[in-house]
Amino acid sequence: MNINLTLIGQTIMFAMFVLFCMKFVWPPLVEAMAARKKAIEDGLKAAELGKEEHALAQKNAEDLIESTKTQAAEIIANADKQANGMIDKAKGTASEEADKIKAHAKSELDQEVVKARNELKNQVSTLVMQGVNSVLEKEVDAKAHKDMLSKLSQSL
Amino acid sequence: MASGELTSGAYIKHHLQNLTYGKFPDGHWGFAESALEAKEMGFMAFHVDTLGFSFVLGALFLFFFARAAKRASIDAPSGFQNFVESIIEFIDENVRGSFSGKNPMVAPLALTTFIWIILMNTMDLVPVDWLPSLAVVLGIDFLKVVPTTDPNATFGMSIGIFILILYYSIKEKGLGGFVGELTLHPFGKWMLPFNFFLEGVNLLAKPVSLALRLFGNMYAGEMIFILIALLPFWIQWSLSLPWAIFHILIVLLQAFIFMTLVIVYMDMAHQKEH
Repeated sequence: MNINLTLIGQTIMFAMFVLFCMKFVWPPLVEAMAARKKAIEDGLKAAELGKEEHALAQKNAEDLIESTKTQAAEIIANADKQANGMIDKAKGTASEEADKIKAHAKSELDQEVVKARNELKNQVSTLVMQGVNSVLEKEVDAKAHKDMLSKLSQSL
Repeated sequence: MASGELTSGAYIKHHLQNLTYGKFPDGHWGFAESALEAKEMGFMAFHVDTLGFSFVLGALFLFFFARAAKRASIDAPSGFQNFVESIIEFIDENVRGSFSGKNPMVAPLALTTFIWIILMNTMDLVPVDWLPSLAVVLGIDFLKVVPTTDPNATFGMSIGIFILILYYSIKEKGLGGFVGELTLHPFGKWMLPFNFFLEGVNLLAKPVSLALRLFGNMYAGEMIFILIALLPFWIQWSLSLPWAIFHILIVLLQAFIFMTLVIVYMDMAHQKEH
């Protein structure tokens, strides 16, 4: 219970403790805590930002998908159209060609027919002439009736 | 030491005697063998137990806190680190709430006083006979384990605070401002001596009340533990347990009051306008 030198010793000890605390204990702890607080705040902010960016990206992707879809549909429609056109065109060309071939064949056929008919005519007239000749050998001068006969064969 | 051959008075006195190392009246230095010898040493003596326990406790506090400070990082704290940081936050909040000036010393000062006083007070919860009996076995006659029941410890702290109050008052307000504060309030310059008397008492009451409040509370608590220890051993728990539980409150409360008042006094020292 006596007041003595302990008093001074305690005061010095107290001062030393406070100085030590002030140099090596308080600042690092407070700084670390402040840094952590800031890091957490930044992290939360970044998360918020990331969320927003994600939403934006999603929206962009959706837009892109949408536009791509319409584009694809357009392309498909165009291709359909083009294909149809090509088919139509091909059909047209084909029928034209067919017509042409048909016409050609027909004309050829006609020519053949005419030719055959002419030949037939000639043969018939020759046959007729021969028959007539053989029937009328005496009375009919071949020379005199040749013109008439050829006229006849011509009219056949 | 509660053996039959000792009277209650001797037992109590023994418990209240510090281990004193000092200068005997004949000039040589040594340990006091009795309370009378310790008294005769006067001012030229050290309470080895008070100094030792308070140093060990303060060093423990600083060791663990400095280690936590060294390990402090941005990563999530765990265990003891978390505990330390919650204390730091608590102190920081208190300082922010009561201290309006700017001084990087006030918060560490508050932390040191708070934890150191808690640790010193907590020694009170160690059963009163354990450490002194152990000391006797080791050949040490006296041992007082609670530094805050020694007025030297409490006054030692409050004198440190008082020096800081004077230093910052003069630094922040100027010598003229500080003297003016002491002499021109509250009744104007025509009542100067009376003002000086009032403000002087006010100023001196700060360290005295700080030290005596803490000392008184802890001394009374310790005294009650000692008185309980005089009872028969089989009934002691019925009183010492409730008192110890109640004392936990006092331990924390006194440390908190001391810390808060330190912050408030430092704030008053820093205020320029009175």
